[in-house]
Amino acid sequence: MTTQTRERPAFAQPSAALPGAPPLGGWAAREGSAYAFLSLYALAFIVFIVLPVLAAFGLSFTFFDTIQPPTFTGLKNYIVLLTQDDIFMRYVLPNTVQFAVLVGPGGYALAFMLAWTLAQLPKLPRTILALILYSPSMTTGVAMTVVWKTIFSGDQNGYLNSFLLGLNLIQEPVQWLQSPQYLMTIMILVTLWSSMGVGFLAMLAGILEINPELYEAGSLDGISNRFQEIVHITIPSMRPQMLFGAVMAIVGTFQAGAIGVTLSGGNPTPQYAGQLIVNHIEDFGFLRYEMGYAAAVSVVLLLMVLFFSRLANRLFAGED
Amino acid sequence: MATLRRALFKTNIRNSGINPQGFHPSQIKFYVILAPLVAFMLLPMIFIFSHAFKPPDELFAFPPRFFVVNPTLKNFTDLFSKMSTSGVPVSRYLFNSVLVTALTVGASILVSTTAAYALSKKRFKLKQTLFAINTVALMFVPIAVTIPRFLIIERLALLDNFWVHILPGLAMPVGLFLIKQFIDGVPDEVVEAAQIDGANDVQIYLTVILPMILPAVATIAILTFQATWNNAETSTLYVTNESLKTFAFYLTTLTATSASTGANTVAGQGVAAAASLIMFLPNLIIFVLLQSQVMSTMSHSGLK
Repeated sequence: MTTQTRERPAFAQPSAALPGAPPLGGWAAREGSAYAFLSLYALAFIVFIVLPVLAAFGLSFTFFDTIQPPTFTGLKNYIVLLTQDDIFMRYVLPNTVQFAVLVGPGGYALAFMLAWTLAQLPKLPRTILALILYSPSMTTGVAMTVVWKTIFSGDQNGYLNSFLLGLNLIQEPVQWLQSPQYLMTIMILVTLWSSMGVGFLAMLAGILEINPELYEAGSLDGISNRFQEIVHITIPSMRPQMLFGAVMAIVGTFQAGAIGVTLSGGNPTPQYAGQLIVNHIEDFGFLRYEMGYAAAVSVVLLLMVLFFSRLANRLFAGED
Repeated sequence: MATLRRALFKTNIRNSGINPQGFHPSQIKFYVILAPLVAFMLLPMIFIFSHAFKPPDELFAFPPRFFVVNPTLKNFTDLFSKMSTSGVPVSRYLFNSVLVTALTVGASILVSTTAAYALSKKRFKLKQTLFAINTVALMFVPIAVTIPRFLIIERLALLDNFWVHILPGLAMPVGLFLIKQFIDGVPDEVVEAAQIDGANDVQIYLTVILPMILPAVATIAILTFQATWNNAETSTLYVTNESLKTFAFYLTTLTATSASTGANTVAGQGVAAAASLIMFLPNLIIFVLLQSQVMSTMSHSGLK
């Protein structure tokens, strides 16, 4: 695409208001069209993102059962959540932290490692392998349930059971998805499997964008191995992509919360083994109709995401 | 001799390190590292292909077999001859999905590119603030506000309304962010030149900006496609009229029933696998076609 560069006539002032515009039109002529272009997005953004967040915040201070109008109860929901909600403290919070730590930073490190390794390969194999790694993330949620349910099926026809029985590693079929001790591990595996998404692609692109001369300069400065190269050149040169990848990983982790319910087939999950904060919200909101309480849990979840994103921000954006 | 050595040295550099031009033995170790992970990622995909084409005796086979031996289309014909329990034909769900996805992708491109143009190339007071708000919204987790969203959708009379499939997905902070970053790469001089030629904002947006940001448009199209096509929640939460529900939702009913009916799981599995394949394939095809556009957008994705 070529653009002709033109001599700009001295008298042309492209951003000046139109002559003879009405008085109120001064602002409209200057900034009106910018807001007109923004309006569609802004409308959708306000209605479906800002309002729900504000409503969650507002409702979290009320008792609301969807039949009676909400009544103000102050901090009661938060106090109950922190002091009396046994299930939240014993299962939901520890589960969420365990899941988030392994899937978040774990998946993020894996994504970086895979992206870096892929960048060491020529274009064609790199593209094919990147496609394979990315494709599970396209299948978010429903599409792959049938696969995992068949593989982890509890009878001897399940693929994993059949395989392990064949090797004599187990004596009888294991109810993988209904067993509290296995469910969390399987949830983490499945989520990691589908976590090489947009953040992974961004990091891959970031690594490929780095100016090769930086590496040459680095080797002159005494960088002798690949590990030093990653720490001193690769990561500092792609901080913005690293941060974008981190935010995507955090959001993906908390957004993936429904997986336990999908795999085990019910909310609550068996003995709350796979219960994450997202399921807790759904449990109170849509099963018990305690909307105010559910909203308080939502606010806690949003704050957790914000906290972790701030942390990532500290790690990657702090230096420039 | 010196030139030869330099030439050799040069090819050596180009065939190892970041983004090499060709194969080099030093790359073998990277293939070895990647192989098990790629296999782990790939096996479920192969499984879904293989499972969807299995005849009943192979679905029931004991011990279960991973690969299909005598592929058949029976699962697909079964799928389309089926009715859901409420008498809605499967093709209706599929039609809804195609229509909803097409409309959402189109609307999302319009909504995001217009806003991104304003945020990148227009001058106005709140510009930086609004972009900062959108950047914070990258952290937004929709699943957290399912309940207030439900209440708002109820107020807007969108429950059981066709548009509920489309409207909530239109504000996509990641999409706006990526397109805005991409438009930043278009030189201001290009826009100014068009202004001097007398083009108004709509003309600049349509004839200057849009043709230059096609890779970013392709990327948001893919992201919106994936979010909409795979979305079963909208149908579950906001729609009770069966004939307005989508194919993704229908798939969840298939897997749910096959889990609860115990002995008959295997029979339902074939149909569910065929439906899963139909869910998955469009994602794959679109991404393969547009992957180079996506990668060029992603190199602008940095968050500062």
